[in-house]
Amino acid sequence: MNGALDTFAAEVGGPAGGPVTCVGGRTQWDAGGPIAAGAREVRAPEGIVAYVPSEMTVQVRAGTPVSVLDEALAEHGQTVALPDWPGATVGGVLAVGRSGIRRLGYGPVRDTVLEVRAVTAAGAVVKAGGPTVKNVSGYDLCRLLVGSLGTLGFIGEVTLRTRPVAPTSRWVSGELDPFEALARLHRPTAVLWDGQTTWICLEGHPDDVQAQADLLDAAGVNGPPARPPHRWSLTPGELRHLPGRAAETGRFLAEVGVGLVHAERPPPARPVDPVVAALQRRVKAAFDPEGRMNPGRAPA
Amino acid sequence: MHDALIAELRAALAPDRVRDGALERTLYERDASHIRGDAAVICFPLDTAEVQACVRIALAHGRPFVARGAGTGLAGGAVPLGDPVVIVTTKMDRVLSVDPGALVAWVEPGVVNLDLDKQLAPLGLQFAPDPSSQQACTIGGNVANNSGGPHCLASGVTSAHVVALEVVLPDGAVTTLGGLDAEPDGYDLRGAFVGSEGTLGIATRIAVRLTPLAPEVATLLIGFPSVRDAAAAVSAIIAAGLVPAALEMMDQRITRAVEDFVHAGFPTDAAAVLLAEVDGLPAAVAAGTALVEEVGRAHGATSVQVARDRVERAGWWKGRKSAFGAIARIKPNYYLHDTVVPRGRLVDVLDAIDRIVEREDLIVMHVFHAGDGNLHPLLLFDAREPGVMDRVHAAGDEIVRVSVEAGGVLSGEHGIGLEKRDLMPLLFGPDDLDAQARLRDAFDPEHVANPQKVLPAGSRCGDLQAVPAGAWI
Ligand SMILES: Cc1cc2nc3c(=O)[nH]c(=O)nc-3n(C[C@H](O)[C@H](O)[C@H](O)COP(=O)(O)OP(=O)(O)OC[C@H]3O[C@@H](n4cnc5c(N)ncnc54)[C@H](O)[C@@H]3O)c2cc1C
Repeated sequence: MNGALDTFAAEVGGPAGGPVTCVGGRTQWDAGGPIAAGAREVRAPEGIVAYVPSEMTVQVRAGTPVSVLDEALAEHGQTVALPDWPGATVGGVLAVGRSGIRRLGYGPVRDTVLEVRAVTAAGAVVKAGGPTVKNVSGYDLCRLLVGSLGTLGFIGEVTLRTRPVAPTSRWVSGELDPFEALARLHRPTAVLWDGQTTWICLEGHPDDVQAQADLLDAAGVNGPPARPPHRWSLTPGELRHLPGRAAETGRFLAEVGVGLVHAERPPPARPVDPVVAALQRRVKAAFDPEGRMNPGRAPA
Repeated sequence: MHDALIAELRAALAPDRVRDGALERTLYERDASHIRGDAAVICFPLDTAEVQACVRIALAHGRPFVARGAGTGLAGGAVPLGDPVVIVTTKMDRVLSVDPGALVAWVEPGVVNLDLDKQLAPLGLQFAPDPSSQQACTIGGNVANNSGGPHCLASGVTSAHVVALEVVLPDGAVTTLGGLDAEPDGYDLRGAFVGSEGTLGIATRIAVRLTPLAPEVATLLIGFPSVRDAAAAVSAIIAAGLVPAALEMMDQRITRAVEDFVHAGFPTDAAAVLLAEVDGLPAAVAAGTALVEEVGRAHGATSVQVARDRVERAGWWKGRKSAFGAIARIKPNYYLHDTVVPRGRLVDVLDAIDRIVEREDLIVMHVFHAGDGNLHPLLLFDAREPGVMDRVHAAGDEIVRVSVEAGGVLSGEHGIGLEKRDLMPLLFGPDDLDAQARLRDAFDPEHVANPQKVLPAGSRCGDLQAVPAGAWI
């Protein structure tokens, strides 16, 4: 039915195919721990299958680099809310499930996914969700797959919601209280803070962007500084106390309003509720009874 | 056996909050759909511990359980099947905490959608999903059905506005799915739970994401000479790169009925009316308003009005949301459908629906979320007319079929429940249904939580049954 996907499914194979791992752009390859030795490598197919700008949806194969997708969308003044880490693929970004620094304005990556075609541990192509911008037909397996690090199935093709590119996009920066700035602005696209300096991304109509910028004692800059490597997941309220935790975090850049902190040091391990842990294991066992999909990885 | 069940439930809750009288059992045998079941006993817990007790007692007696909010569901999701313990959340109706800084509130599942917004408005905040039933439906029901509303076009449906859920799982354990932090660990079980229609457990506390009210709002009412022109304008607005906050369509039958009923100020001479709302910062709102007006005129608009003030805007929205009440004056019964098609196919599918309805000799009215292609054909009939229900069902099935054939889906917001369960194979193949059944089984291997809903018989191991004979009313 669907050539590229069926070929991908055949490559993944059934249980006889043994342990298998799906490789994207290797930009976040260590997320979730190392892959068990001996797992066979496969790659999802590439290419845009269908793009109808007036529907604001795009159907794309998972091996497509996000940058390639973004270029095609930009021709029609659109984009997707996926982080464009250099070299990252659509499937890789979704399997890892981490959002980019514009999450405050664009929402988390999981909310961009409308439909997924994934290859299961049995080697079958399974469709989840639907192609329309709104859909509640059956269980939301799309959200289950986003962030599952390929441990429940390999994403082969997706339909994503696109969004119009804002007419103006501008970064400003200053020594501001980021929490006060967030409260004063109307839905900024990003508010980043390193404990001293704040970087704010404002997007929209040029007059609005100017008026919002005028509310701040901030100057135009090219963009935020480089992000430290580790991700801490905090609640938005906990960020206020970050400066007092500098010994734990090292240099940090916090996504204010979101709760994510990019820090020099790795986050401490977090306790998992045993009830949730058991449920996670049951979900994994239901989708991959032999444990052959991305063995070694755990979506922690 | 039954007496022991009742006695244990009464001991765990309170005698007056466990009911099995004939009147209550009749009240709770159905929701707002046209399907009827049978409730063994109805419980009204006050907190998580009492919900857990209900579930554990049901399990001990080998009974399934069914969660229920306000019973406004239209797909039979809360219809009790299998002689279950019905667990009603309406007495769990407290807003537990609101954190305007972090933009999150914890609420109990029985909080009524509109009541939450009334509490949030003074803080300049809202819970974005606004189903037309918001005066009655509960947040728990919204979560279970992943409900939408007119203002979900730009901001997304319920799943985008729920960050964490405390749930009683089908085995009686209590836990929290998701979290208030940015990237909770593990699989997104929160995401899987939202929209699961009560089949993965009962939500007992819900952390909702709050949205700041927009500083500027413009509401437009645009009359068109035909439904076709209005639908084409919808596609053109989106194609021009604008995603309005809301973009609703009403046909002339609806606007006339509404005018007779609430005098909303709709232009009743237009064959179709678009109700569009643009919100945000002032310059964007001005540009968006101009764009909507321009596209409307380019598609033959016969009238364009921009709401002068809050009062006029509120009047228009009241008219939109009271459409279902208004039509009671035309025929005693209605059947409200819910499918989604790509926006570009709206015109074709509306034409096809007209033909289907004509063939089945029924009346159809259209009032729907045009901006995201979410159709709500409303079939009017008089149930006393012999044989009419067969025609209503035939038309309904056909409407779902043409929607799916046009590249659409079975439901945009009402869910599958019992109503569309056996239509699932129209959209999903055996492997697709098997994957969904695996998720269900991971949460609920014995199918004790709202049994026989969502997935058709044989999705995995053939343990489900057909809609019981005589259930349709
Ligand atoms: C006139 C009218 C207009 C409507 N307009 C809209 C609309 O614009 N958009 C829209 O999306 N829907 C609409 N609906 C449908 C309905 O109102 C929504 O689906 C609503 O969210 C249901 O809420 P409820 O509290 O009535 O739930 P119920 O009908 O009581 O239950 C619905 C489902 O949720 C489950 N459930 C309830 N509470 C819980 C819980 N705490 N935990 C787990 N499961 C639970 C039930 O088992 C059932 O499967 C409309 C209905 C009517 C009658």
